Amino acid sequence: MEQKQEERAHVPTQVFVIVWIALLCLTGLTIKAAQMKMGEWSMVANIAIASAKASLVLWFFMHLKYEKRLFKLLIFVPIITVSIIIVLTFFDIWYR
Amino acid sequence: MNETAHIEHRDYVGAKLGMWLFLFTEILLFGGMFLVYSVYREVNTADFHEAGMEMNMTIGAINTLILLTSSLTMALSIAAIKRAAKMRSILFQAVTIILGIAFLVNKYFEWSDHIRHGFYPDSPKLLAMSHGKILFFGLYYVMTGIHALHVVIGISIIGFILILTLRDSVSGTDYVKLENAGLFWHLVDVIWIYLFPLFYLIL
Repeated sequence: MEQKQEERAHVPTQVFVIVWIALLCLTGLTIKAAQMKMGEWSMVANIAIASAKASLVLWFFMHLKYEKRLFKLLIFVPIITVSIIIVLTFFDIWYR
Repeated sequence: MNETAHIEHRDYVGAKLGMWLFLFTEILLFGGMFLVYSVYREVNTADFHEAGMEMNMTIGAINTLILLTSSLTMALSIAAIKRAAKMRSILFQAVTIILGIAFLVNKYFEWSDHIRHGFYPDSPKLLAMSHGKILFFGLYYVMTGIHALHVVIGISIIGFILILTLRDSVSGTDYVKLENAGLFWHLVDVIWIYLFPLFYLIL
């Protein structure tokens, strides 16, 4: 039995190269953002850029774009779980 | 005997779903450490700022470059096997392994440099410092150490898959093992994408 799913998605090589270039640009941007000394905002900018990079890797390199909807939805389970844990912990730290 | 009994059944969606579920546990493992980092950073902001000055941003940036490029070659090796280009896929897998080793070599020089400067767990110089700085270096060694362990495991898995590809056990019609190895490798890259700003940039 051949591996049929994804067969419609013969992703052109250029797509991966373009994503890679985008990742390198975002890395340059995150270093620039860190050097701008924006205080707490540089933290926000760095995490936002890191999340953009992670999304590119998940969506293209890890083929989520070409997977069934189940995979696209499931990835939110760990992301939301970790986010809830971190946010709730910070409520404890800020308002205790 | 029934002829159809000879047809091997393979569940590719199930195989990938299993891999993703495993990756979720990895996200939770590192998520827990990110939680500890963010809480201690919130409580010891100034100490984390000063301790972060000891980090070599250039090495961190080079390692980011290496891992991002290795993710590209991993994706290209899967694209190649889908087109049944066996040798091209093997070549890209080999390049991925080499880049992974280059990452570890960099890490070795980086860590030896810290140790030479007296920054290692329980070192007299570190123990004499403030609580926040001890925490920063503790988190640094644990988080990048466990990440480096994942790089070692990833390299071993890709090496194993490379042999399977040579033996045609991974081929243009059955490549889910390579895909799952790729998923693991990309996740290791995703984790580094967050580790890089946390330890080298946020100052």
